[in-house]
Amino acid sequence: MSVSPGYRMQFMLCAGTGCLASGSQDVREAMEKELKKRNLQDEAQVITTGCNGFCARGPIMVVYPDGVFYNQVKPEHAPLIVEEHVLKGRVVQSLLFKEEAKENIPLMKDIGFFGLQRLIVLRNRGLIDAENIDDCIARDGYAGLAKALTEMTPEDVIEEVKKSGLRGRGGGGFPTGLKWEECRRYENFPKYTICNGDEGDPGAFMDRSVMEGDPHSVLEGMAISGYAIGAEKGYIYVRAEYPLAIQRLQKAIDDARDYGLLGKNILGKGFDFDIEIYPGAGAFVCGESTALMYSIEGKRGMPRIKPPRSAEAGLNNQPTNLNNVETFANVNPIILHGGEWFASIGTEGSKGTKVFALTGAVKNVGLVEVPMGTSLKSLIFDIGGGIPKKRKFKAAQIGGPSGGCIPTEIVDVQIDYESLLDAGAMMGSGGVVVMDDATCMVDTARFFTEFCVEESCGKCVPCREGLKVMLDRLTKIVEGEGQEGDVEFLMEWGKHVNSTSHCGLGKAAANPVLSTIRYFRDEYDAHIRDKHCPALVCPSLIDFVVMEDKCKMCGLCFRNCPSGAITWEKKQPARIDLEKCTRCRTCITNCKFGAIR
Amino acid sequence: MSKISIEDLKKIKERERGKMVLREGEYRAKITVHMGTCGIAAGARDVMAEFRVAMAEQGVTDVILTNSGCAGLCAQEPMITVEVVDQSPVKYVLLDREKARRIFDEHVMSGKPVEDYALARGSETTAG
Repeated sequence: MSVSPGYRMQFMLCAGTGCLASGSQDVREAMEKELKKRNLQDEAQVITTGCNGFCARGPIMVVYPDGVFYNQVKPEHAPLIVEEHVLKGRVVQSLLFKEEAKENIPLMKDIGFFGLQRLIVLRNRGLIDAENIDDCIARDGYAGLAKALTEMTPEDVIEEVKKSGLRGRGGGGFPTGLKWEECRRYENFPKYTICNGDEGDPGAFMDRSVMEGDPHSVLEGMAISGYAIGAEKGYIYVRAEYPLAIQRLQKAIDDARDYGLLGKNILGKGFDFDIEIYPGAGAFVCGESTALMYSIEGKRGMPRIKPPRSAEAGLNNQPTNLNNVETFANVNPIILHGGEWFASIGTEGSKGTKVFALTGAVKNVGLVEVPMGTSLKSLIFDIGGGIPKKRKFKAAQIGGPSGGCIPTEIVDVQIDYESLLDAGAMMGSGGVVVMDDATCMVDTARFFTEFCVEESCGKCVPCREGLKVMLDRLTKIVEGEGQEGDVEFLMEWGKHVNSTSHCGLGKAAANPVLSTIRYFRDEYDAHIRDKHCPALVCPSLIDFVVMEDKCKMCGLCFRNCPSGAITWEKKQPARIDLEKCTRCRTCITNCKFGAIR
Repeated sequence: MSKISIEDLKKIKERERGKMVLREGEYRAKITVHMGTCGIAAGARDVMAEFRVAMAEQGVTDVILTNSGCAGLCAQEPMITVEVVDQSPVKYVLLDREKARRIFDEHVMSGKPVEDYALARGSETTAG
């Protein structure tokens, strides 16, 4: 919300988790109602802010320009505050904050990692016992479903989701409201709604965290989608490598069934809906929606030709809606607070927030939820805490094996669907792998290509054969057998694989190669022409020679060498015996002075 | 458990309020051990066990000991959040049994947060 200069007084009301739990939402409504009643709504503005840190004294309200700090404000205080403070300019003494004992522990809002996040999907993080349905209800779990069933028609629900601008969080970015609307249109029963919990991208764990930590938010989102499109059965496809998520989801389903929040005649409103978990079996390609549906049918997971789209004929050839875990977790807040509220966060084309799994060479590895439009630089440095071990940032891989790398020169790119595509990467499911200067970009491209080769379903020749040829070429390059023309070859084949493969795996499999060539061409050239790996990662392209002018004679390499291949004495530079050396690179990773080439 | 109505949803929310907003309930403090996969892998089960043992030894009944999923900062697990009534909640990081015991004695029982192990105090910003 923007602060308008026309107002003479601003009430900054805390909407951090603690104050929300204490009822700051009710305080806001009461204040706004009272101001309107007294016709003061154009003079005094109520603005919700982040956590002030004094949760124990919440709800907190700071009044500007006075700077008065009110605590434990209740809705019934609103008339008093408006009468005394707004109209008569007098501070309400009884609500004043008495100084808390001085503590040297910093406030959450001042810690980069937590202070810059804004939680919608992760709204219950750290606050509820995932296996206790009452905890979830205490934090508005199923209140969205109740509202939908009592006050809204299925069309109203779809309208609200459309208004929100919510786009698929699995990576496709398709407008969720439109998908539900299309599915509703088909008068062919039974219909299905499916949650994609396959989360195959290496390094991504956002969905796992939601399924483990707040399973009811997923169940509720699915139930609301069932109501909207006319489905009575839902499936959650969870990858088998997530046993804790499966366990927590199953407990949640059992508890919801006991309470009648799943099953027949939910909440007595005549709506039937139930959910079943279907575990995956270790195939990345089953994260593709049509392959996933074949997998549930017991068939081989291979993507199929569209049309018809799944909304028309999906699972068992029936109208089917499929959404990602994170997409479903956004539904309860959208129904409770309105599509307009959701659309007020984010950018023009990308509304709301996005959860990212921040991993790799970054200090604060973890799960981060930020409004769309936040810069990647802020994500990595302000929230992530920057690069550890005094190393330098080199690139960030966004979008997993379908994404591309973002190098230093464009690191302040805005995080939204369009901006990332323009930069040659993509949002993907939200996995961000940060790489430092000890990472070889050619090796990274080879790693992701190898992943795609192993996970290809095999249907399309360009993907099945083409990627393998590219992998072989990349392997030759990192082993020192690269030749002039290899880069041009990879670029051409990459373009062909991307444009002639059928599904999302093949369509984007060449992206890691293409984007590393785009931004790190010199590294490829060094591998091919100089037979040298500048990042000192590829063992065949390292000399394993100590540079005597750089050696500080600390003996660290000597002490850590597992093969006894290094000789060193105090005040002498170290020397590596290439006969004994196994090329394990322990010396290089230990050397603080970059003295080995 | 029997099938609930819309009214029951509201009643449950009210009933549980005392555990979400400590000052409105009968509990003096709340310890939440963060047990997502990251926390468990880092040793959160030991931390949880230590608190259980401590509470049993001292016969404590007015403190809630519960768990939750991942708190977000996976790099610093095991993490816990300790909230004593009328104080800000405090997040502790990189814990083990020894540190847990110290936090129990000094913060939970005597009301003084242990600055050495604390990351931050306050709550996250939940939009809405």
